[in-house]
Parts: sequence; C-alpha cells; structure tokens
Amino acid sequence: MGMEILGLPMMYYIAMVAKVLVTFIFVLLTVAYATYAERKIIGHMQVRLGPMRTGWHGLLQPIADGVKLFFKEEIIPSQASTFAFLIAPLIALIPAFITFAVIPFGGVIEVAGYKIPLQVAAYYDTAAGQVFDINVGVLYILAMSSLGVYGIVLAGWSSNSKYSLMGGLRASAQLISYELAAGLSIIAVFMLSGTLSLHKIVALQSGFGGFDWYIFKQPLAAFMFFVCSLAEINRTPFDLPEAETELVSGFCTEYSSMKYAMFFMAEYANMVTVSAMTVTLFLGGWNGPFTAAMPLLGPVYFVAKVYFLMFVCMWIRATLPRYRYDQLMHLGWKVFIPLALVNIVVTGIIGYFI
Amino acid sequence: METLFFLIITLVAIVSAILVITCKNPINSALSLIMTFFCLATYYVMLDAPFMAAVQVMVYAGAIMVLMVFTIMLLNIRVDASKKHSHKLFLGSIIGFFTFFNIAFVLFKSHVAMPTGPYSVDMIKQIGHTELIGKEIFTNFLLPFEITSILLLVAIVGAVILAKKKI
Repeated sequence: MGMEILGLPMMYYIAMVAKVLVTFIFVLLTVAYATYAERKIIGHMQVRLGPMRTGWHGLLQPIADGVKLFFKEEIIPSQASTFAFLIAPLIALIPAFITFAVIPFGGVIEVAGYKIPLQVAAYYDTAAGQVFDINVGVLYILAMSSLGVYGIVLAGWSSNSKYSLMGGLRASAQLISYELAAGLSIIAVFMLSGTLSLHKIVALQSGFGGFDWYIFKQPLAAFMFFVCSLAEINRTPFDLPEAETELVSGFCTEYSSMKYAMFFMAEYANMVTVSAMTVTLFLGGWNGPFTAAMPLLGPVYFVAKVYFLMFVCMWIRATLPRYRYDQLMHLGWKVFIPLALVNIVVTGIIGYFI
Repeated sequence: METLFFLIITLVAIVSAILVITCKNPINSALSLIMTFFCLATYYVMLDAPFMAAVQVMVYAGAIMVLMVFTIMLLNIRVDASKKHSHKLFLGSIIGFFTFFNIAFVLFKSHVAMPTGPYSVDMIKQIGHTELIGKEIFTNFLLPFEITSILLLVAIVGAVILAKKKI
C-alpha cells in the first residue's frame, strides 16, 4: 500500500481497527446470546421450554431483556460511597473484554497483498516472514483476570449493605485462591511449549491431526485449569458470591438498571474469555482440518470450540449443586494447589528424560 | 509518538500519585495507587520489558493491593478530621521538600550514562525478555534467587503458624 503513517503502512491501521471491531462485536453478541442459550439449554435439560414468547422460539429475548434493564430506575443507595459504587461495574467489565486482545482466533489471512494475523495484538513482519505477538500473552490474561476482582470487592464494599459486603468478601477470597491454582496448573503447559506467546503455543499444537493438543499431554492440567477458571469467574457450582438462598444476590444486591446489566455482562464475557483461553492452551486454538488450504476456516473452528466449552459450563450449571463455602476453600487450597505442584514436578522429570 | 504517549502516561501517573495522598477516603487512595502501578507497568512495556510489566500488574495491582483494599474495607477506617492540622503535615512537607531538592540536585549535576550491558534491545526482541530473565536468574543469580525462595518459605510457614491455633 502506498500511504504510510508513522512508518507503518495504511493497511496496518485498517486491519487493526477491523480486528478490534470484529472481536468486540463477536464478544458482545456472544454475551447477549449466551444468556438466551443458557436459559434455553437449562430449560430443555429440565424438560421445560425456556423463553418462547419474544420472537421465534424466544430469539429476541436478549434484546427485550436489554431494553427492560435500560429503562429501569437507577438507584444509588443514600449511604453508598458514590465514586466506588459508580466505577465498580466498569472495573468488572473492562478486564473481561480487553483480555481478547491477545487471543489468536485464526491463522494468517491475506487481504490485497497484505498479510494479517487473526489476533488483535499481533502483526506480520514481512522481513522476518513470521508473526510477532505480545510475548507474554498468557501472563497478560492472568494479570487482567486478577484485576476483575476489584470490581466485585468495590461493589460489595461501596453498597454499604451486609449482603453485598459478604458477597464481595466471598468473591474476592475465592478469586484469589483459585487464581493461584489456575496459574500453577498452566505452568506445566509452558514447560512443554517453552514460550508464553499464545501464537506460538497454538502453532505448537498443530501437528498429528489434533493429537498434539496439550489436553492429551496434560489432561490433569487441562481439567484443573477449567475447573479453577469456573471458580474464578463465579460460575456454578462455585457461585457462592451470589448464592441467592443466603445472600440475596451477593455483591450486586444494591445495583439496578444498566449497572446490574454490566455485572451480568462481565460474568458472561468472563465465561467467553475462559473458554477461549482453555481452547487456546489445551484444545489447539484455531487448529483443525484444512486450515492450511482455507485460512478462514480457523475462526470457524475456534468459535465452534469456544461455544462447545460454553455449553459445558451451562451443562455443569444444570447438573451440579452448589458447593458449601468451606468445602470450596478446602478444594482450592488442599486439593488443586498440591495437585498442580505435583503436576509441575512430574512434567519436569518426564521432560528431563525425554 | 512515543514521547507523546510517555507524556500522557506520566501525567496520569503523577496525578494519581498525588491523589493517593490527598484523597479523603482510604479506598479511593488505594484505587489511585493501583492506577499508579498501572502507569509503572506501562513504562516497563515501553522499555521493552513486557514480562516485568505483566508481573507488576499481577503482583502489585492484582495481589498486594487486593490485600490492602481488603484490610481497609474490613477495618472500615474513617478519616479523622482533627488530624489534618497536626505537626506531622509541617514536618512531612519539610522532609519532602528537602528530598525533592536533593534528588533534583543529583540529577542535574551528575551525568546519567546509557546503561551498557551485554543485552541490547534487538537481542531482547529476538530472544525474548522472559527467556533472558529466566536464564539470568537460574545461572548468574542462582544464590540470591534461592535465598529469596527460602525467605518466602519462612514467611509462609510463619503465616501458617500464626493463623493456626492448634498445630
């Protein structure tokens, strides 16, 4: 391309903006329809129909929900700490969305002679002939997910209500404990891959028609990571912070209207992120048959795998009862963390001899 | 472009650092401190040290500050209005003033040279920052690393003993 801005071709900027928009809209739409899918799937699992009235088989339900929440009255408790109360939903929502910047959702595609890697924070270096992405991608995701806890803590504290405070405390204790276990369990993957760049981790899983996926080499790590992530994003069976039978609805008890919707969106966006990360680390990312011939198949496989894992999340929600709080902490600290450490040692020993 | 970005980040860093000490509500101070840590992480990224940046956000903003916020929340610290006009303010500002002059004097008088180690920007970009740090830690700095590990282990054992009533 002819025009250059600040030493980079015009196409670079166009591709960047396009990638950001596509990913953002994809996550937004997925979040909206995940709420619908969850109600439908759980409904059918319990031999109910789920939402049926709005649109064909209730397809317009997310839009109706959005409109309802948008026009609800905005209530700020008089004793609340206003600044923290207002900023908490944003702090919860933003980390959930910006994580997607580093997740590769496809191979390299070529548009008008310019090669574009399908990953937001990456570019194709023509001189070196390879893709460069942020080389601490996984750590970036872990760092962002550790920031999400502030939204919950602040929401719980600033509402000035005992249910909110209890919910916030539970959420943050749970998040900190399980973050540790999730972080430890994926160290075994780095020991195999030797890199922290998500692009390279996906590339390493491309061979042998799917048998190079890390889930086959690290089944324990994959299982632990997925379970710990479920706990980290407060999904059933670990949704103690919003256990409605004991805590009304936990940290977001005092929230209404769009702010409540933001927490709701953050929860589902986190679910998408966790599924995408599990797919990238353990299920081969966007790899699948015929991706070399047709690079556009990559995103299709990626989305299919992500939706499958989200279905598993909903399936778990329909199946398992909630944990008790002390059982939850016991599971995190006394089962998952030692197991993850043993997994690291075993991987190290086997890696040394092979 | 990079200078402009640096200026914006620096502005945010300074404003949030000032807010840490001027906010009346301790929670808001803690939030500003998190913002400051974020700006520091951005500096690390600009210095081609992405690993340091990620660890900065994870450890300081993600772990240590959560504990701080927790403590503030649970103790429910309220600001004491009477303490505002104590002599601490006067003494503190004098000390701060002198420290500022001291540092400014040193910085203006001395010549800060470019650091010349074996590692160049190109090398970091080629091999990777994380790989280089790992190699240094486990070869040249093995002993300090091990001593730090033992120190951390002692702290963990101490925490367990303090928290557990019956061992």
